[in-house]
Amino acid sequence: MTPRLGSSAVESLARGKARELSAALMQRPIRSRLVLTIAGFGGLTLVTCLLAPLVGSTSISLSRVFDRSIPFADNVDAQIFFIARMPRVLAGAVTGAALAAAGVVFQAMLRNPLATPFTLGVSAGASLGAMTAIVLGTSVAIGPFSVVPLASLVGAAIAAAIVYRLATLRDRAMSTTVLLLAGVTLNAFFSALIMFLQYLSNFAQVYRAMRWVMGDLDVGSFQPILAALPLIAIAFALFAMLPSSLNLLSVGVDAAAARGVDTARTQRLAFVSASVATAAAVSLAGPIGFIGIVVPHLVRLLVGVDHRVVLPASALFGAAFLVACDVGARMLLAPLEVPVGVITALIGGPFFLWLLIRRG
Amino acid sequence: MLHGSELSYGYAGGREHRTFSLRDVTIDVPRRSLTGLLGPNGCGKTTLLRLLAGILTPQSGTVTLKGRPLSDLSRREIARHIAVVPQETHPAFDYTVMEMVLMGRHPHLGPFELEGPHDLRLAHDALAATGTDHLANRAYMTLSGGEKQRVVIASALTQASDVLLLDEPTASLDLGYQLDVASLLSQLNDERDVTMLLATHDLNLAASVCDRIVLMRDGHVIAQGPTTEVLTAARVREIYGVIADVRHHDRAGHLTVTPVSRVP
Repeated sequence: MTPRLGSSAVESLARGKARELSAALMQRPIRSRLVLTIAGFGGLTLVTCLLAPLVGSTSISLSRVFDRSIPFADNVDAQIFFIARMPRVLAGAVTGAALAAAGVVFQAMLRNPLATPFTLGVSAGASLGAMTAIVLGTSVAIGPFSVVPLASLVGAAIAAAIVYRLATLRDRAMSTTVLLLAGVTLNAFFSALIMFLQYLSNFAQVYRAMRWVMGDLDVGSFQPILAALPLIAIAFALFAMLPSSLNLLSVGVDAAAARGVDTARTQRLAFVSASVATAAAVSLAGPIGFIGIVVPHLVRLLVGVDHRVVLPASALFGAAFLVACDVGARMLLAPLEVPVGVITALIGGPFFLWLLIRRG
Repeated sequence: MLHGSELSYGYAGGREHRTFSLRDVTIDVPRRSLTGLLGPNGCGKTTLLRLLAGILTPQSGTVTLKGRPLSDLSRREIARHIAVVPQETHPAFDYTVMEMVLMGRHPHLGPFELEGPHDLRLAHDALAATGTDHLANRAYMTLSGGEKQRVVIASALTQASDVLLLDEPTASLDLGYQLDVASLLSQLNDERDVTMLLATHDLNLAASVCDRIVLMRDGHVIAQGPTTEVLTAARVREIYGVIADVRHHDRAGHLTVTPVSRVP
């Protein structure tokens, strides 16, 4: 999968049938648009998640996987399916959904279609946390968390808390300008700290940290997914309260207030929920880039920009997209595995540039 | 209907200093009136509108809606009674005209409620009233300035409020659209009994549609009352520092203001 292929496929999708489909969909009232969209993307996600564990460097047969007559210890197909691939697919689905939804929420809240879940420094904080844990070399586990995810979660929380505090220092309402500037500055500051730590560490530690930053869905078991799930569930419960307020907020803060939106509360809720989702996703699979921007924009091309449709559709499509990218990562140089962050960036980078040009 | 008493509001400017943009402003917008809010740039018109809409909270003074202080009402309750048409609207995403107009229904819908047939009917009525029904499926951002402003007014109408606050709704419009918007406002005021407060720099627009005028300067209200009493050459000179002819125009049927020169 080369970048050129990726971007031209997306372009033809956007210019061709997608536009007709989207136009037909937009004529329908919101209720049927929502139902059709969720059915469509839900089906796609389900199929992707069911097919993904069957694909890989070793081919397995579904009938053998579920063959009860073979004991699990002897059933290699079942072991590959349930131990190696299923957790990986689930991790991809959870991470993809969380990052894509967080992208939608950040973009609406910042009134900036080019914002990503990583714009405000949450992932830089997470990376610094992970790097610190790797350099310190501790391997203590607290509850279901092993130390690197836990440290990255703490780093993400610290970064989000700093940005939040700065943006609410002068006023009850958050300043999006301060949010963006603080986020960008924090990104640079944390990157410098990460480089400093890398300078002090040995080759093995730097390698491990580099691999972490590339993103990896090979979580090994269901345990890390279960550990991240409560946070992601909280974030999604908060997301559910947001869509119609996000519509108005993205039109303008005053316009939203004049139509009955408690704008300060909505901004806080959006910031906290999207930061929690991002932090949980990053602690689970590393900072996998571009999902948070590619997926929402693709979804908008297909179903319009109403957040009541875009938010659930992006979560579903984000899951499908990352799972599919991970299949690509496993297959591209099989039996070698390309880090999934490389695949998403190879597709996401050119797509992002194309979007910029298209907007201009 | 809508009353502000002794409202003060200052924007934070540096450490502990506030530059006051409104001081002790008392304003009355009677039921079913179409009140014009006039004054030079930076006199506090927009701040006053934002206070009256409950978007800003006054540092002192109270705003009452039908006798109830706004501070006792939720944002949603206020929005069911007061709609706002801002100077310009720049959505971050490419909403269709219909989506923009339906957003006016937000204060009337429950947290997880989607618009139903009743809301759609109101939206279509508002589009028809503003002459924009043919634009329903267009992208808002592709419209001309005049079309956009009429769509924003349609969105405010869909809100089905009894008070409409407008902040220079004709500022970006050409002469034809200015007249269209003016007659639309008069019509809504007459037929739908919408109480309106219209902030504008266009003295002739105010003279043609408003039955009452509030004059502001430097964060104070200088005068308020019936248009014919308040809009005089002496007041225009006092407020804007401009010598102007103010006379009744027989064919137009209202006062007209012709600026002649700056006060030397």
